[in-house]
Amino acid sequence: MSSEWPLWEVFVRARNGLAHKHVGSVHAADARMAIEAARDTYTRRLEGVSLWVVPSAAIAASDPGEADVLFDPAADKIYRHPTFYSIPEHIKNI
Amino acid sequence: MDNALYDYALRLGDDSLVLGQRLSEWCGHAPMLEIDLSLANVALDLIGQSAHFLKLAGETEGKGRDADALAFHRDVLDFRNCLLVEQPNGDFAQTIARQFLFSNWQELLFRELTRSKQATIAAVAAKAVKEVAYHARLANEWMVRLGDGTAESHARAVNGLDWMWRFVDELFAADVELEQLISAGIAPDMRGIRDEWDLRIGRVLEDASLGIPKPRRAAMGGRAGHHSEHLGHLLAEMQFLPRAYPGATW
Repeated sequence: MSSEWPLWEVFVRARNGLAHKHVGSVHAADARMAIEAARDTYTRRLEGVSLWVVPSAAIAASDPGEADVLFDPAADKIYRHPTFYSIPEHIKNI
Repeated sequence: MDNALYDYALRLGDDSLVLGQRLSEWCGHAPMLEIDLSLANVALDLIGQSAHFLKLAGETEGKGRDADALAFHRDVLDFRNCLLVEQPNGDFAQTIARQFLFSNWQELLFRELTRSKQATIAAVAAKAVKEVAYHARLANEWMVRLGDGTAESHARAVNGLDWMWRFVDELFAADVELEQLISAGIAPDMRGIRDEWDLRIGRVLEDASLGIPKPRRAAMGGRAGHHSEHLGHLLAEMQFLPRAYPGATW
């Protein structure tokens, strides 16, 4: 039966002000039921204040075979990291 | 009055306990993992509510019985739940039909109970009404999808509703014990809420392309301990361990 229901990717916002974060996926017949299933599966222990679900089929992914070409060139470009700034102590999320 | 309150706390607690136990029978057997989890969540919410109500019942009775003693060491004739909640799960549609009728009623009941003059009942209801609003929403969504789904899901939804419908009138009935609590402002008079419930149920059934089931002779008696054969089997499973091994811990 599970093969008849599409897969949905679930994103949870842990607190207001933070971005939604991918947490997993659920099977559901439509978007509204996907929200219900995501609520029951991923927010049972106060994990979030907001939910997104996205049809898994709608996600375009990079090709793992191209990982070298896409990501390796960034490895030796340390100047792209904003590590030379000091962050004030009272800033919690950046 | 204490007697009536004891009895009422049992009714509230037993409704939630018995339905929670029923739903937990799906655990590991539901058609999909997602459904398994959502039914188990509802079951846990209900069992949590029952612990509060049965604790109150034990304190009101004043014989030193706690929630566990009342849940696990009471015989079937002493249970005060409505007949609806003890009905067998059947297929998924029958389970959802039962939840649909019950949760919509329980949400209205708890909404009224938040204004109860009995402080513990009002506090438990205030916390639980949000849980139950979700149970009703979940059941409503499923009723629509089953009723408005395939020919088979529609037929199963019709059968499930047909099974459960004769137990509805009991939810709104009042007897002598309940009348006392209604006059004292402790319990709401659910007869006054029936129209609102009918409206809610009718709206969902219309969305679901399902008709209101034909009226049937109402089955009642749960509030007085006259139960269907199904409750005894449920209790036998639920109570086996604490009775076979009194005081067992883990």
